[in-house]
Amino acid sequence: MGMTITEKILAAKAGLAAVAPGRLIEAGVDLALANDITAPVSIREFGRLGAGGVFDKSKIALIPDHFTPNKDIKSAENARIVREFAREQGIIHYYEVGFAGIEHCLVPEEGLAAPGELIIGADSHTCTYGALGAFAAGVGSTDLACAMATGKVWLKVPPTLRFRLTGATRPGVSGKDVILAVVGMIGVDGALYKSMEFSGEGVANLTMDDRFTIANMAVECGAKNGVFPVDGVTREYLAGRRIAPYTEYSPDGDAEYEKTYDIDMSRVDAMVSRPHLPSNTAAASECSGVRIDQVVIGSCTNGRLSDLRKAADIIRGRRLAEGVRGIVLPGTRRIYLGALREGIAEAFVEAGFVFSPPTCGPCLGGHMGVLAKGEVCVSTTNRNFVGRMGHPESEVYLASPETAAASALAGYIRPAY
Amino acid sequence: MSAGTVFKYGDDVDTDVIIPARYLASSDPAALAAHCMEDIDPGFAGAVRPGDIIVGGRNFGCGSSREHAPLAIKASGVSCVIAATFARIFFRNAINIGLAIVECPEAAAAIRAGDRVSVDTDGGVITDHTTGGTFRAEPFPPFMREIIEYGGLVNRTRAKLNGVIG
Repeated sequence: MGMTITEKILAAKAGLAAVAPGRLIEAGVDLALANDITAPVSIREFGRLGAGGVFDKSKIALIPDHFTPNKDIKSAENARIVREFAREQGIIHYYEVGFAGIEHCLVPEEGLAAPGELIIGADSHTCTYGALGAFAAGVGSTDLACAMATGKVWLKVPPTLRFRLTGATRPGVSGKDVILAVVGMIGVDGALYKSMEFSGEGVANLTMDDRFTIANMAVECGAKNGVFPVDGVTREYLAGRRIAPYTEYSPDGDAEYEKTYDIDMSRVDAMVSRPHLPSNTAAASECSGVRIDQVVIGSCTNGRLSDLRKAADIIRGRRLAEGVRGIVLPGTRRIYLGALREGIAEAFVEAGFVFSPPTCGPCLGGHMGVLAKGEVCVSTTNRNFVGRMGHPESEVYLASPETAAASALAGYIRPAY
Repeated sequence: MSAGTVFKYGDDVDTDVIIPARYLASSDPAALAAHCMEDIDPGFAGAVRPGDIIVGGRNFGCGSSREHAPLAIKASGVSCVIAATFARIFFRNAINIGLAIVECPEAAAAIRAGDRVSVDTDGGVITDHTTGGTFRAEPFPPFMREIIEYGGLVNRTRAKLNGVIG
């Protein structure tokens, strides 16, 4: 029987000729990742293991990004735990504030993720690297602790859902709208315990950044991972970032899919997810009565340079609507520099936005823009759960950078075009 | 065997409401337990008693991978979480830290808030003593049972590292 991309990677990493859904495997890990919230718990559990040291100091990435630059004393203590562990263990891919960035923007940028690899991270959006043709899945801190010691993780081979993409998105519509449409279509548990494999001629019309955005939100469908095939766009992205060789996998012609969805991207509207579930989607044009207090542009979902560029093109020379606060969170130092050099940062600041250092910040109600009771935010982030960005009675509408920018100027939700 | 009074919630209970991020600067289980379920059930932390049981609907524990969520539930004294389905990272985390969980859509639908319920996690039998209903859940595969029997993944991995098991 043929195999899907995910099945092929898992078989290779478990040293097996073939695997089928439902099989429990112990697989080798190419990269194990944690941040300043999850790593301290991992480090505590790692200590309990009694292992001498980590399995491979070049295959662990520790990236303080959630509550950094440290938002309070407890966060500073957590960051110190991570820093000291990295120093003791000689972790090569530890990134200090200034060189760090939002982990899921930074890891690919640094060339730490490549096709065919098995990557786990103590962060649910680790699935982002599936955009590069890797198997990448979020795990918990204990999983990560054991993987840091042994280089292995237990996994159940998931069944695969296939998403066949055709066409290209219309102006003002991008990868974010495509994945919001998918989440709305299959629901927040529509891919529970499953793999989402994106394929079809439409993939070629998606930029690398669009693919990162789409794979990033696979977890919002409950998926174990989301994965794209490798093509010229992927190889061009990897060129110059990735020195070590990698393996490209494509699905067999007779691979078995639990279900196939066909998505014509030319029919996807500018979308929003209304409070309080990512699956609660609607066309942005249907929400024009919703007045907003804050707009956030950035995050591991939409904090890449092309995201900021698209939003800046809309706001350049204009001003934020009266009473609206705007916050931009570039994903990494390189993205920040790019935004400075291209005049993107200037366009935002002139329009009245705060241009933040790279951090997860307000996405999870951490800092740099937490919401008060009753406030409404349009955000390019990934979750709009109760209390996600602040007060439990605040409201978050998820949207693309284009829609967020257009809404920031209008003072109410509206699509860009 | 777990036994206690039921706190019942709906579908898609996410880890942001199980333990809001504003408390994640701490990973001390007792400190987390003080704020468990706060954003959807402010009375939970004050009312929960050792042994009590949480019953959720579909996709319990969705969202963030924070292990602080099952840690908070466990430290609040909850002896078992029953749900129609669990989000996958929450499922792994619960198994890995030794929080008893049972996936049983029938029980999740039928059991009411305040019922007295006991769960035989080994046999997968759930009994609602208030209504007399009994439910059977699929037992875990042997590999997961081994993690549970060791009291979590750290203990099992330590045994492996020490050559106690292969």
